[in-house]
Amino acid sequence: MGKIKSLQDLEALRSTIKEKRRITKPCVAICAGAGCLALGGREVIDATVEELEKQNLQGKVDIKTTGCPGFCEQGPLVIISPQDVIYTHVKVEDVPEIISKTVINGEIVDRLLYTDPATGEKPVCESDVPFYKKQKRLLLGNNSKIDPNNIEDYIALGGYSALAKAFAWSPEQIIEEIKKSGLRGRGGGGFPTGQKWESCRNAPGEPKYVIANCDEGDPGAFMNRALMEGNPHSVLEGLLICAYAIGSHEGYIYVRNEYPVAVENATIAIKQAEQLGFLGENILGSGFDFTIRINRGGGAFVCGESTALMASLEGRVGEPRAKYIHTVEKGLWDKPSNLNNVETLANVPLIINNGADWFSAIGTEGSKGTKIFSLVGKVNNTGLVEVPMGMTLREVIYGIGGGIRDGKKFKGVQTGGPSGGVIPESMLDMPVDFDELTKAGSMMGSGGMIVMDEDTCMVDTAKYFLTFLEEESCGKCVPCREGIKRMRQILTDITEGKGEEKDIALLERIGEALKDSSLCALGTTATNPVLSTIRYFRNEYEAHIKEKRCPAGVCKALIQYYIIDEKCVGCRLCEKACPTEAITFMGKRKPVVLEQNKCIKCGICKDVCKLEAVGVK
Amino acid sequence: MITINIDGQELKAKDGQTILEVARESGIYIPTLCYHENLAPYGACRLCIVEISKNGRSRMVASCLYPAEEGIEVKTNSPRVIDNRKMIMELLLARCSQNEVIKKLASEMGVEQSSFKSEYLENNDCILCGLCVRACEEVVGVSAISLVNRGVNREVASPFFEPSASCIGCGSCSYVCPTGAIKMEDKEDTRVIQGSKWKTEFKLKKCKVCGNYWAPEAQLEYIRKKLNLPPDFFDVCPNCR
Amino acid sequence: MDKRVAAIIDKYNADEGQLISILQDIQSELYYLPKETLIQVSDAMGIPLSRVYSVATFFKAFSLKPRGKHLIDVCLGTACHVRGAPKVLEQIERSLKISRGETTSDFKFTLETVNCMGCCALGPVVRLDGKYFGQMSAGKVDSILNKYE
Repeated sequence: MGKIKSLQDLEALRSTIKEKRRITKPCVAICAGAGCLALGGREVIDATVEELEKQNLQGKVDIKTTGCPGFCEQGPLVIISPQDVIYTHVKVEDVPEIISKTVINGEIVDRLLYTDPATGEKPVCESDVPFYKKQKRLLLGNNSKIDPNNIEDYIALGGYSALAKAFAWSPEQIIEEIKKSGLRGRGGGGFPTGQKWESCRNAPGEPKYVIANCDEGDPGAFMNRALMEGNPHSVLEGLLICAYAIGSHEGYIYVRNEYPVAVENATIAIKQAEQLGFLGENILGSGFDFTIRINRGGGAFVCGESTALMASLEGRVGEPRAKYIHTVEKGLWDKPSNLNNVETLANVPLIINNGADWFSAIGTEGSKGTKIFSLVGKVNNTGLVEVPMGMTLREVIYGIGGGIRDGKKFKGVQTGGPSGGVIPESMLDMPVDFDELTKAGSMMGSGGMIVMDEDTCMVDTAKYFLTFLEEESCGKCVPCREGIKRMRQILTDITEGKGEEKDIALLERIGEALKDSSLCALGTTATNPVLSTIRYFRNEYEAHIKEKRCPAGVCKALIQYYIIDEKCVGCRLCEKACPTEAITFMGKRKPVVLEQNKCIKCGICKDVCKLEAVGVK
Repeated sequence: MITINIDGQELKAKDGQTILEVARESGIYIPTLCYHENLAPYGACRLCIVEISKNGRSRMVASCLYPAEEGIEVKTNSPRVIDNRKMIMELLLARCSQNEVIKKLASEMGVEQSSFKSEYLENNDCILCGLCVRACEEVVGVSAISLVNRGVNREVASPFFEPSASCIGCGSCSYVCPTGAIKMEDKEDTRVIQGSKWKTEFKLKKCKVCGNYWAPEAQLEYIRKKLNLPPDFFDVCPNCR
Repeated sequence: MDKRVAAIIDKYNADEGQLISILQDIQSELYYLPKETLIQVSDAMGIPLSRVYSVATFFKAFSLKPRGKHLIDVCLGTACHVRGAPKVLEQIERSLKISRGETTSDFKFTLETVNCMGCCALGPVVRLDGKYFGQMSAGKVDSILNKYE
């Protein structure tokens, strides 16, 4: 396949590819995203290849390894077309049956279907699974249909047609369209994208740089990973259109070091794009040149911040600098630079193809389009969820997430990562919207949504975030480096029963100073987790401080594990697992005895007990 | 020329000047620790934070870095500014609880002690202002020391905490340090420059005429090479020339 | 002078902007960043040694100490934390008798923590030699560690 030199060439290629695929062979699509791999996905893929060989089906049945379709907790996921049957928790032993029964005979293997915990129903097709039904998967929908290492899959689904369309417009027209769409940055800042592009285009100086931010430092968030691993071309296309609109010929994709699969898939995607002429010189005969280089992060959350990111692209430490002069004017190498999150860029081809009006019809007044959230924590259906802006938190957590797991009670949902806050039950009917979330003392952030239940301690949560930020602070400015440390010390004392009455006021005072005087957003937003948990869960703080009690049963110094005598049958599982020999067997069918002075509160006894005979108070 | 208002005074500023520069020219006091007029502003200590308002919106900015803009109103002593400064001093005092320079500066701002528990107070002298590192890089040009590690573990160090091969013993780092965290001592024929965890020693050059030891040989050699001076140029000390 | 290091510097045309990528490749090759290597990089690229050292000590991905045969990464991201990751970490520390960031005295295991691997739905997650283990609990730790020589 030679280089594509025009719009017509592209359409011709697309037709050729589609023609090749007209006779649809059965296809087994197995998710190879990092999540499914963690549950044994690689073995399932290998077993499938082996089984197809064994049954002499190579060539007659396609096997496709796809990116993350989002339903991670149910992995390894296998989707069989053309029936669109979805199987969950697939193991190596299940593979022969899947091939023989479903692929060849069209029969369903009942035990591998997803079971809705609320209704007991077992939907067969991907599109019927309630987790997916209520989503609007404009960005993630193609993940289960695309092999990220095969550019033809992307082209067959209409890929790079937005780029071709964009070349027929002027850069100014493209910027106008993006402005009109109302697209706002998906990385956390929520800044109007069109406006950013315009400022960069108008800034004096050459060369101009465009950067795709795939650092995704918020712990608990993996939206960018799914996009970059599963549909890298959607990001490349968005970055290309961005570059053309701004007048940049050099692009970077900055991928977090902890995402090796994303780095690999992006590298392959760029190579394949170069081979076909979507990158390089005179792209699609437009006269526009553009090259992309991939840089990996070095393991620093602060490098998600634009100036720190650019510093690390210059081979320096990830130290932010003041943004009184914006990076769109002086960024990488002091030249005009445009930085956008990967999800923001993936929206661009959709807007160009379907129009700004189509995009702005989705969502709310202030927040247009869809947003991908990572719905994780104590919820039944954990995974990636893409919904139109404006859906309520309740609909996301209960309607799509299936509510709280293990029958526990909802306590709060943490959004916005370490810069965000916790939203309590009373506010669950809040629409997911940039401004609404900020008003509530949290923020949208990059889209992390961590659901917490009655067993989550809010003081421990605040301590967790501060510990995280203390480790990730670059250390340049006094308020952040010293202030976060002091707040963390105070919170640790509170969780250990050493809290004092004046602690809350002191936390608030340090917090105010951090908000006003920190150098970058890591510092200015560091207090959000603390302030929001104090705001909505003050009683928990007071229990820790005044009563030296942890209501959720989490803070080690304030809890005790104990044996529930009526439930214990003396099976000795806990005794064998206890690392400090704190549990003594007292004879068959007699409850074991736990010696408190030997107990280090590791919680293993509670983990291994199958009869719920270990309690926490 | 631009006009800005600081604490009620209308002042003229040249294009490219920062608020701090304009304030200092007019004798308006804004405290700083990491600022030095011969080095590029760094914005790390945050003591120079001031409150600016423009078009009804106010925000806090570091005056050493914020460029003077037409029509902004600057407050260097508003309650918000004072509260921030006090907290920054409390944080520095907790870090450098025995350092006389920090204690004095804190006292001048009305901070006698920090609000943190005594068992968590530290005894550092270095406030990580970066002046030493920046002077070595920007003025001397050898980058013998740098800021290493990250966050609460950040410190000034020579590579691997071993005597730096690039150091010329000029002592600029010690000279520019605001808290005395880098000490320099000339004793007979040796100069010792010392940070909290690193140290370098230099042989001093002996004057052929008066016999006094006057400057590190390494430093003189560096200057001699840079300016292409004859090999015996520094054999006689400035006093005897 | 290490030839492998020279080749890596060459691959990136000794471009100072690519210092971090170069150090990452070197670390993949040598499993850590020995002192001599950093000096070689500084000399070959004309970057002050102090800056190379700053970069090597700033980013968590770099190790200036030799690492063990098997690298254990425990995810401490929020989702994993909420599901009990600290207890998993504690059990590993207890079993191996080392703390996070350390290597066992027989150089068999190095224990590191990561602030999110992006497998949040499967938490708690532990990665051993690049292999992911999801839905971990303290009780599962020993059986997994025992499988590694």
